[in-house]
Amino acid sequence: MEGRVVFRVIKDHVFKIFVVLCAIISLVPLLLILYYITKNGIAVINWDFFTQLPRPIGESGGGIFNSIVGTIILILLSSILSVPVGIAAGIYLSENKEGKLPNLARLCVVILQGTPSIVLGIVAYVWVVAPVQSFSAISGGIALSIMMLPVIIKTTEETLKLIPYHLKEASLALGVPYYRTILKVILPAGMSGILTGFLLSVARITGETAPLLFTAFGNQFMNYNILKPIDSLPYRIFFYAMSPYPEWHAFAWGASFILVVIVLAFNLIARGISVKWKVQF
Amino acid sequence: MESTILRIEDFSAYFGENQVLKDINLSTSKNLVTALMGPSGCGKTTLIRCVNRMHELIPGARVSGKMYLTNEDVYGMKPIVLRRKIGMVFQKPNPFPTMSIYDNVIAGYKLNGIKLSRDDADTIVEQSLKSAALWNEVKDSLHRKGTFLSGGQQQRLCIARAIAMKPEILLLDEPTSALDPKSTAHIEELIVELKKTQTMLLVTHNIAQAARVSDYTAFLYLGELIEFGPTEKLFTVPKDKRTEEYLTGKFG
Amino acid sequence: MRESSAGVGTTVLEINKAVDMANTHVHSNIDTSERRFNTILTLSALVIVILLLAVLLTLIVSSMPAIKTFGISFFVSKTWDAPASQFGALPFLIGTLLTSFLALLISIPFSVSISIFLGEYFREGAISTFLRSSIEVLAGIPSVIYGLWGLFVLMPLVRYLEIKMGVAPYGVGIFTSSVILAVMVIPFSASIGREVITLVPADLKEAAYSLGATRFEVIKNIIIPYARSGIIAGILLALGRAIGETMAVTMLIGNSNFIPRSIFSPANTMASVIANEFAEATGIAAASLIYIGLVLFIVTTTVNIVGTYVIKKISVEASREVG
Repeated sequence: MEGRVVFRVIKDHVFKIFVVLCAIISLVPLLLILYYITKNGIAVINWDFFTQLPRPIGESGGGIFNSIVGTIILILLSSILSVPVGIAAGIYLSENKEGKLPNLARLCVVILQGTPSIVLGIVAYVWVVAPVQSFSAISGGIALSIMMLPVIIKTTEETLKLIPYHLKEASLALGVPYYRTILKVILPAGMSGILTGFLLSVARITGETAPLLFTAFGNQFMNYNILKPIDSLPYRIFFYAMSPYPEWHAFAWGASFILVVIVLAFNLIARGISVKWKVQF
Repeated sequence: MESTILRIEDFSAYFGENQVLKDINLSTSKNLVTALMGPSGCGKTTLIRCVNRMHELIPGARVSGKMYLTNEDVYGMKPIVLRRKIGMVFQKPNPFPTMSIYDNVIAGYKLNGIKLSRDDADTIVEQSLKSAALWNEVKDSLHRKGTFLSGGQQQRLCIARAIAMKPEILLLDEPTSALDPKSTAHIEELIVELKKTQTMLLVTHNIAQAARVSDYTAFLYLGELIEFGPTEKLFTVPKDKRTEEYLTGKFG
Repeated sequence: MRESSAGVGTTVLEINKAVDMANTHVHSNIDTSERRFNTILTLSALVIVILLLAVLLTLIVSSMPAIKTFGISFFVSKTWDAPASQFGALPFLIGTLLTSFLALLISIPFSVSISIFLGEYFREGAISTFLRSSIEVLAGIPSVIYGLWGLFVLMPLVRYLEIKMGVAPYGVGIFTSSVILAVMVIPFSASIGREVITLVPADLKEAAYSLGATRFEVIKNIIIPYARSGIIAGILLALGRAIGETMAVTMLIGNSNFIPRSIFSPANTMASVIANEFAEATGIAAASLIYIGLVLFIVTTTVNIVGTYVIKKISVEASREVG
C-alpha cells in the first residue's frame, strides 16, 4: 500500500518536471532566434544601412532604404483599402447579431483569416498583375489588405459588443438618431479597441513575404510609384538570405533585426493602447 | 389652473403576443411629480418607456391607444423629434464616457448637431448643473471626464444632461435603484426642488420614495392601472383593496 | 444678476425655437443620412462575402486549364516536368503531409506541456506572464525570419547530424522544415490548449483531490479528458497553419520536385512549390500551380472551420455550465 503511494507521488513529481522542462525548452528557439538576430543584425546596422540603396553584387556597402520605404508604402496602401471596409463590417456585425447575412459574413471572415497568404498572393496576381503584365505595389497592397480585413473586423465587432447597451439608450433618449449614436457615441467609446485591432493587423502583415512574391515582387531600386514593383523588408530578407553572397546574408540579418523591432513595436503599442486608453463605463 | 402635460388614453402595449399594458388612462400635470409604482412585472417601466417611445427599440413591440404630450399626438410625430422634447434618466447612471462633464451636459445639443455659441453653452451648463444640485461639486473640473464622479454625482449629471434640453416632461426610471441611501436622499431632495420648474414622471419600486416625493401616484398591477390619485389620499385611504395590500407589503 | 438671468432666459428660449425649427426641416436630411448609413454597413458586410466568393472563383477559373487537362489524377501523378508539360502534384502533397504531421508530432508534447504549465501549474504570476509574453513574441516573428535563422543555424546543425548518420548532408529537407514548422505552430495550439484547460470546472478537480488523487492523476484523468476536444481543436488549427505556412518551409525544404525518399531528403510542399515557381510560370504550368493553390485553400479552410466550430461549441457549453 505504502509503496504504491510513493510510486504515485514520484510519478507526480516526474510529470511536473517533464512539463516544466518542455515549457522551458520551447523557449530555447525563441532565445536563440533573438540572440542571432541581435548579434548578427546589429553588426551590420549603421546610418548608411538605413539611408542607402542596395549596391550591385561585388560592390560593398549600401543599405536597405528602399525596403524600408517600400514596407511603409505597402502598409499605407493596405490600410487605406482595409480599414474603412473592416470597421464598417465590424459595426454591422456588432449591431446585427442574428440573421443570414451577418452569419454568412462571419463565416467568410473565419475562412479568410485562415487562408494561406500565398493563395491570396495568387489571387492578387490574377486580378491585378496578369491583366497589365506588370508587378506592382498596389497588387501587393491588395493581397495584404485582404489579410488585414479579418483581424480588423473581428476586433471591431468584439470591442463594440462589449460597450454596454445603456450608453446607446442614453443617446437615443436624447433624440439623437441611430446613425449619429453609433458614429458619435459608440464608436468613440470603442476607439481604443479598434485601434488595437488595426495595429495588430499591421503587425501581422508587415512581416509577410509570401503574398508579395508575385505581386509587389521586390525592387532593388527606389520606387515611389505604386504601379511598379516595390521592395519591402521581408522580401529583401528572403532575397538576400537565398543568395550565395555572405555580405548579403549579413544584410539579411540586419534587415531582420529592423523588421523584428518594428513588428514587436506595433504589438507593444497595440497592447499599450488597449490598456491605457481603455474607456471606463 | 394646472395644465395637463401628458395625457394617456386607453393605452395598451404588446410584446409580440404578450399584452403588458391594458387600457391605461392617466394624465400628469405641469410642475408636479407623478409616480408609477407596483410590483415587478406590473408594466410601470414599459409604460414610462412608451412615453418617449424607447420601447420601440425592442423588436416585436406594439401599442394601441393614444398618448398626448401637450396636446400633440406622441405616436403621430417622429420618435427623434419626440425624444428631444422629453428627458429621460435611467436606473444605471450613464454619462458618456468619452466626453467631459461640460460636454455631457450639452450632449443633447452637440450630438444633434445644434450649434451653441460659447456663451450660451456656458450658461446652459451652469444652469443645468445648478438645477441638478451638482454645480458646486464640479464647477472646477468641468473639462474632466464624467466617469470619475461617484454614482450619485453621475446620476445628477445625467439629470443635468436631460434638463439641459428643457424637456416638457422628465422621465425618471428608478433613478435611485443603483445608488446608496445617501445619494438616494440627495436625488429625492433634488426632485422635490426640481418640480417647481419641471414636470416629472417617476417609476419607483420604493413605496416610501413615492410617498416622499410625488404629488400624484399611480398603482399598476399586471399591466392594469388599479388606482390613480393624489399621493396623500392614495397612501392613507386607498380605494382599491389591491392597492392597500401592496402598500402594506402583502406582495411585491 | 437680474440682468444676466433675463438674458439667459431669452437666449435659451431662442435656442429652443431654433431647435424646433431645426427639427422640422432637418428631418428629411436625417432620414436620408440614416438610410445611407445603414446601406453602407450592409454593403460592407456584402463586400466580405463577395470577396471570399471572388477568391474562390478566381482560383477555380484560373486553374481550369489544369483541371480539365489533368483532372483528379493530378494528385496521384508524380511527374512535375515543365518542358514536357506534365504536371502531377503527388510529390507536393506528400511533402505537405509529411512536414505538417511531423511538425505536429514534434510540437504536441511542447504545446500540451505549455498548456498544462499555464493552465494548471502556473496560472498567474510573473512566471506565467513571462511565458505567455514569450509565446506571443514567438507567434509574432515573421516566417521569413524563421527561415533565415533556420538557414544559418539549424541547417548546419542538421547537416552535422546527417554526416554523423551517414546520410547525404543536404542540411535542408523534410526534417529541417518540420522542425522549424514545429516551433512556429507551438504558440497556436498552446494558447488554445491553455484556455480550455482553465475552463475545467474547479469542483471537478476538487472532487478528485478530495479522493486523494495526485496532481498528475487529476491532470491525466480529469483535466485532459475534459479539455480533450479543445486541445484537439487547437491542434487542428495548428495543423491548418502548418499546411499553409510558406516562407520558412520554402527556405528550408530544398526545392526538389520529386517524392522525398526519406525525411532527410529535399522536397517541396504545396505552398513552397508555388513560392518557388509561380513568378515565372506561364500557361499550363501556372494553371497547375493555381490548381495546387485551390486545393491548399480547400484543405486549410476545412481544417479551420472544423477547429473553429469545435472551439465555439466548447465555449458555448462552458458558459452554459457556469451560468
